[in-house]
Amino acid sequence: MRVAVIRYPGSNADFDAFQALRALGMRPSFVFHKSPELAPCDAIVIPGGFSYGDYLRPGSIARFSPISAAVIEAAQRGVPTLGICNGFQILTELGLLPGALAPNEGSRFVCRDIWLRTETSGAFTGTDMVGKALRLPIAHANGRYVAEPETLRRLQGEGQVAFRYVAAPLPQGDASGAQREATGDARRGTLARSAAAQAPALAQSIAPPNPNGSIDDIAGIYDAKRRVLGLMPHPERASESVLGNRSGAALFESLGRLLSGETR
Amino acid sequence: MTQEHTLEATSQALSPSARERAALLARMHQEAQAADLGLAQSFGLSADEFALLCERLGERLPNFAELGVVSVMWSEHCSYKSSRLHLRRLPTTGPQVVQGPGENAGAVAIGDGYCAVFKMESHNHPSFIEPFQGAATGVGGILRDVFTMGARPVASLNSLRLGAPDHPKTAHLLKGVVAGIAHYGNCMGVPTVGGELRFGACFNGNNLVNAFTVGIAKSEGLFFGKAEGVGNDVLYVGSRTGRDGIHGATMASASFSDESEAKLPTVQVGDPFIEKLLLEACLEIFAADVLEGVQDMGAAGLTSSSVEMAARAGNGLDLDLDRIPRRAAGLTPYELLLSESQERMLMVAKPGCAERVIEICEKWDLDVAVVGRVTETGRFICRATPGFDPYRDQAPHEGAESKVVVDLPVDLLTDAAPVYDRPQTPRAPSAESTQAIDFADYGWEHFAADLREQPARANLCSRRWVYEHFDHIVGVGTVAGPGESDAAIVRVLPEREEGAGGPEKHLALAVDCNERFVRIHPRQGAAMSVAECARNIVCAGAKPLGMTDCLNFGNPQVPEVMWEIAQAIDGMGEASRALDVPVVSGNVSLYNETDGESIFPTPSVAVVGVLENPEKRLFIAPTAVGQLLVELGVPSNGSLSGSEWLAARNRLEEARTLDFDLQAEVRLQQLIARANAEGRISAAHDISEGGLWQAALEMLLAAGLGGELTGTAADAEACAREWFSEAPSRVVIAIDSEQVAHLAAMAAESGLACTAIGRTLASETLSLTTPAGSTSVNLRQLAEAREQTLHALTGSHLI
Repeated sequence: MRVAVIRYPGSNADFDAFQALRALGMRPSFVFHKSPELAPCDAIVIPGGFSYGDYLRPGSIARFSPISAAVIEAAQRGVPTLGICNGFQILTELGLLPGALAPNEGSRFVCRDIWLRTETSGAFTGTDMVGKALRLPIAHANGRYVAEPETLRRLQGEGQVAFRYVAAPLPQGDASGAQREATGDARRGTLARSAAAQAPALAQSIAPPNPNGSIDDIAGIYDAKRRVLGLMPHPERASESVLGNRSGAALFESLGRLLSGETR
Repeated sequence: MTQEHTLEATSQALSPSARERAALLARMHQEAQAADLGLAQSFGLSADEFALLCERLGERLPNFAELGVVSVMWSEHCSYKSSRLHLRRLPTTGPQVVQGPGENAGAVAIGDGYCAVFKMESHNHPSFIEPFQGAATGVGGILRDVFTMGARPVASLNSLRLGAPDHPKTAHLLKGVVAGIAHYGNCMGVPTVGGELRFGACFNGNNLVNAFTVGIAKSEGLFFGKAEGVGNDVLYVGSRTGRDGIHGATMASASFSDESEAKLPTVQVGDPFIEKLLLEACLEIFAADVLEGVQDMGAAGLTSSSVEMAARAGNGLDLDLDRIPRRAAGLTPYELLLSESQERMLMVAKPGCAERVIEICEKWDLDVAVVGRVTETGRFICRATPGFDPYRDQAPHEGAESKVVVDLPVDLLTDAAPVYDRPQTPRAPSAESTQAIDFADYGWEHFAADLREQPARANLCSRRWVYEHFDHIVGVGTVAGPGESDAAIVRVLPEREEGAGGPEKHLALAVDCNERFVRIHPRQGAAMSVAECARNIVCAGAKPLGMTDCLNFGNPQVPEVMWEIAQAIDGMGEASRALDVPVVSGNVSLYNETDGESIFPTPSVAVVGVLENPEKRLFIAPTAVGQLLVELGVPSNGSLSGSEWLAARNRLEEARTLDFDLQAEVRLQQLIARANAEGRISAAHDISEGGLWQAALEMLLAAGLGGELTGTAADAEACAREWFSEAPSRVVIAIDSEQVAHLAAMAAESGLACTAIGRTLASETLSLTTPAGSTSVNLRQLAEAREQTLHALTGSHLI
């Protein structure tokens, strides 16, 4: 499974995507933004970072890089395309996804774990994920999804909303949640993280679920064919157990199943 | 027509460029004139230093531009003239040391032929004047120091000191500094994985911003700041030169006064996007094996980078200033040489390799130019064409000829720089150091209130508001991020693009200093800081390998301050030797005083360790309900000197003094390492700010668990001493109950105490039972209060 990871000037989670894909047995390769063409590939990842320093508006200048025309062409042909964080911003600027990402409601960069619910199946979300909550990290200053009312209605109506921010599912106000977490698989000797990260730490449950003020709590959206996905959270930074969380691997595993189904 | 009219007509006839050329010509002519003592003093040189300079130059006085070069090279910031004698006493060697002090950063071996390259630097003065850019460029500078060595930066830490929480400037400075660090580090894609933040009135007029970065490189593949190979091309790479930051190094070597904020133009402005391109371009250039040497242009810009590179190789440099890429019109040689514009590198190419360097720079859209060559003269020579401004003109006007504008011996600027053995006087003991604390009105209810209120004080509250500004997970390596472990743990993949992945390494990183202890007893306090930092590494399950430091002190010309510097260096040296963490790099920041009021001496230290087996990493959160909480280490004498509890009463020390036994500390760290290797410890957290109560509380909050604690103190005073003393060499560990007997035996063998203080429970409360009384606190409420403190201080909402 060949996955092209696009490297714009200022991309800085390019390696994160590369490593997650590699750890999951895929074959990632970097494509420099000055390349006018995309070698044959099964999927595309536009990684996070600060392409062109976020100057003018995050993602806006990336549109003019030579590779972008090739990305648009491939995505429109149906090559599964994932834009993470700055990659999501770029996808909206390329016109592959509707709406835009505005500055966070709190007007500052926020890096923390949040909870999402998978709303629909698509190239990166297998049917097994739908309706379930997953914990992923965010790290952005411009993640507030906004769209025209008409666009929003279309996204909602056509099932293009891929992820919504939701409240942490635990604890229930009694001790059982904490106990379950602390005595679960977080024991030493496994590579799972401590109870701290497993349980929603007290401090974390104080913060509101929607970290940036996105309209309708939207964290990620698909295009009409559900093959182009943009999301603000970072699944690639939560795809290996050594990092204490591998819930993000589900997105890449969904892609893997889709591709192996298609090539079979 | 009057004479006035005639003049106007003439000047109108002149083209604007001719007028500007004339102005530049005049300024360059001025810079070529001989300087006098008055000018030298305004540049920060003393009369003796000016005399020494003139003597070394032989028959002539320095010109204005040369004086500028000399004054920055001889500034405290570049020459370490007050501290150099003392720094020599620090241990800098060991089998693990790959590169000691003297280069852009130090390095220790971490196995498989790789090394960790790291350094810490201060950006105190700029951050007080303009907190956002000051802190941002501090981060940019330390990142460059690390990747200049050929290492890819993998993690950063910071150590911040701000004024009292209620001082009118504190909120503004804190917000600016944190946002500045975030702005730069986040854009660079280097995770900021930890740090420390303390508030104190002594920092009201002089905050501290110390930034640390560690990178990874092949030990055989390090690059050095050496201008080797006579005749080799010298290249300038990166941002164009502007007027920002001129004479920043001199500012960093002077004290603050009310006029400091008028020094705004000496603060640099950073562009992390350019630095990200510079990083990637540099790593590509290094891999192409086309360089003899490289150095970033940090403090004192082009001057210090070129002079230091020449000095290390014993060569000279000949620079053509006409070729320096620039972003402002009318720059003079003095401005070009002294500018501290950010994101710039000086490289010396191998013979015939300049073209390849240029090619890679162009790929990354970076400015690049060959600006000179290495010579055998041992002299630093700069040339420029009078009146020629490459920013506007394609070529020098007819008849203009390049002239030598600076001609100085390299060794005069480096080895011959003055070194001072400044007078020292021990600081007189304070009156309160002999007075007992008055506990007459301190009852159980006061103690019980302190249990609830102290953890929410600005010095002890949650740091979430700070670290959520920082991308602490970029790079897919953060195994333990902020607040999760006593040290940050970072998984490193040195071979980033190999198909198979290559080896994995795990680094542990911590930064520490308790300036109160250093103020009370500089030698012991500095040793305690080193010990705490190494202890934090051990409490994360790792082995300390080496350290870097950032020595923040007041005015060295005050004998009491000079005494603090010398004593602290001795204390650090003792602890460094005992714990086998040699000093491989560092930085000195002096003149941290405002209107004659010095900061508390703050020798920040950062220790880097390696975690051989990631399964053995330790977090602070207990991993199960019913685990025992055990205090391990040297029994506390209950001194409240230097504690937050006493600081809350506007007092630093008391008659009961803190003891510190370095040998016991070594035994404690060995004991923890051994017990962890044997799998006996489930979690560990060292006892520092806030004492035993704070340590136990933080462990439970991290786990989302409740607990019950038992004390032995019979009255409120004894309770305060038991739970709030910050006496050193102690750790709280969480263990399964069957381990307690074995651990007690191990501790006894090491001559250390092992005392069960409580257990974890599946509840939302933490109870404390003592002979003097009992109480319990709601952990959810306490957690919320600890979250609110910094939000309230900075006036920001919980988001």
